[in-house]
Amino acid sequence: MTPPNTVVAGTRPAIGVAGLTRRFGATLAVDGLSFEVASGELFGLVGPDGAGKTTTLRMLAGVLRPTSGDAVLGGVSVARDPEGVKHEIAYMSQRFGLYADLTVLENLQFYADLYQVPQEERAARLVRLFHFSNLQPFKDRLAGKLSGGMKQKLGLSCALIHQPKILLLDEPTFGVDPISRRDLWLIVHDMVAQGVTVVVSTAYMDEAERFDRVALLHQGKLLALDSPAALQRSLAGEVLVVQVDPARAARDLLRSHPRVRRAALFGDKLHVTVASAADDAPAIDAALRAAGLVPGELHAAAASMEDVFIERMAEAA
Amino acid sequence: MSTTIGAPAVVADRLRRVFGDFIAVDDVSFEVREGEIFGFLGPNGAGKTTTIKMLAGLLLPSSGRGSVAGLDILTQSEAIKRRIGYMSQLFSLYADLRVDENIAFFSGLYGVPRQRRAERRDWALQMAGLAGQGKRLTGELPLGLKQRLALGCAVLHEPRILFLDEPTSGVDPLSRRRFWDLIDALTQQGTTVFVSTHYMEEAEYCHRLALMNRGQLIALDTPAQLRAGVKEPLLELHTDDGPRAVEALQDLPGVVETAMFGRAVHVALRDLAGAREAIAARLADRGLALDALNPIAPSLEDAFVSIVRAAGGAPVG
Repeated sequence: MTPPNTVVAGTRPAIGVAGLTRRFGATLAVDGLSFEVASGELFGLVGPDGAGKTTTLRMLAGVLRPTSGDAVLGGVSVARDPEGVKHEIAYMSQRFGLYADLTVLENLQFYADLYQVPQEERAARLVRLFHFSNLQPFKDRLAGKLSGGMKQKLGLSCALIHQPKILLLDEPTFGVDPISRRDLWLIVHDMVAQGVTVVVSTAYMDEAERFDRVALLHQGKLLALDSPAALQRSLAGEVLVVQVDPARAARDLLRSHPRVRRAALFGDKLHVTVASAADDAPAIDAALRAAGLVPGELHAAAASMEDVFIERMAEAA
Repeated sequence: MSTTIGAPAVVADRLRRVFGDFIAVDDVSFEVREGEIFGFLGPNGAGKTTTIKMLAGLLLPSSGRGSVAGLDILTQSEAIKRRIGYMSQLFSLYADLRVDENIAFFSGLYGVPRQRRAERRDWALQMAGLAGQGKRLTGELPLGLKQRLALGCAVLHEPRILFLDEPTSGVDPLSRRRFWDLIDALTQQGTTVFVSTHYMEEAEYCHRLALMNRGQLIALDTPAQLRAGVKEPLLELHTDDGPRAVEALQDLPGVVETAMFGRAVHVALRDLAGAREAIAARLADRGLALDALNPIAPSLEDAFVSIVRAAGGAPVG
């Protein structure tokens, strides 16, 4: 089977997924996924709960057998050799196995032993991991006493102590405070800079723009797969950002305007999709003013990944 | 957005809750006005759920006082439960009951008068987008519909105050938007809504926001005021290697914070004067490209990080 979503010609994919499917009883959790991840790529699996992100990553990590289809990581098939895959990758699940009664440093040493990291390499690797995680001052604290964000950073550091070629991260930033989130992304970007292939799942649409390419998943199916910029360009029409108060009343008004394809709230602003931002902005501005709603700002902007997701969801429905 | 100024709907007065040696909520005080959408923001473990449970009459505080709809949370918790609507991140619906049966069950629980039940049921089905689908099994509904039905059930008795604990966690973006339309419609009718979230863009929909960190209330204001409170000017940098640029700039004099934001780098500065030149020189020195460097307005996330730092460093503990 030839995956339709192939990587740039000439590069050998780190991961090849073909017809990957997993059924739980009557539910198709993952429904015929096919894609490739290039070596050294930062690849995102983006979608809401129930989209199949965790199930996909568990199959890639060799801990859950596919019902049908296969994935090949670093040349090893998960269907034929799930144990062999584990040597190629590091995998951090949402409930990573940290030892609550061991300190930060003891956890790192435990995983270094487990992965048989040579003694002479350990010190340098710890320095690097501490540099980005900012966990050095807490190295003697029990893991059970860490905040949620620090636990995630320690889990990621433990997964990375053996310098894998492929890194699979299942929602590493979910519910994590913004400062820890920044540290986590620095660790991820550092891995990518060192040539590691990284697959990250997230339910936060605003994180999608960090990836080289994004697979948008919904109800087990691939909605779209491309670079964030290409996905944003693929949206029919252009987006106007309008700041106006009250925003909901303005949205309801604009939804019945003939030039408006779609109007939605984004925080305190409206995203109004029109055929042409330059041509349609004056009409939008006039319609709002006629209703006594004076826009504080009105300008063209790139579509967000959330715009893309909603558009593709509507197309798929 | 305008708010109705009246008697406070919710009062928290030095609320504190201890579990063993862990201080989940530490001396938290605030008031929520009638008709307000009051947002509760913070990472997992910050104390949001514990605070909501104390106010909803589900958990007694270790110390401190509070009132909801004029009722004392220490002595009138039973009466409070009948006056409020409460929906948690773990839906309270029965998966093995049909939609109609769930609505009937909650109507009985909340003491909706018999003669009003048919009308309220039809209203709940309508608002959940389930009109004519009352016979469907609740467990088989998509997550977004389940969550709207849960909201419908939580307001069958037309409570004046609604507590929502991360109601949209993991829900797809389109369902999240529809959910916020429902919340907005309820507040238009005078309902007070107390809602926790960790989606920053949802926080923008709230009239006022309380930021929680490590059990403490570290800020309370409108989203616009919180953003305006960020004193450090921000620059957005586009470069060829974001992670290396973050590293290159973090010890530059005058730089308060550098972080990856999507593919761009945000640089928070003590002072804008001379900063552009210094950043350009440092990047050139390290062989990094400077594609663009522009001042930007702080996001709520920038505000959150700035406030956490001002409150005494990283969110640890």
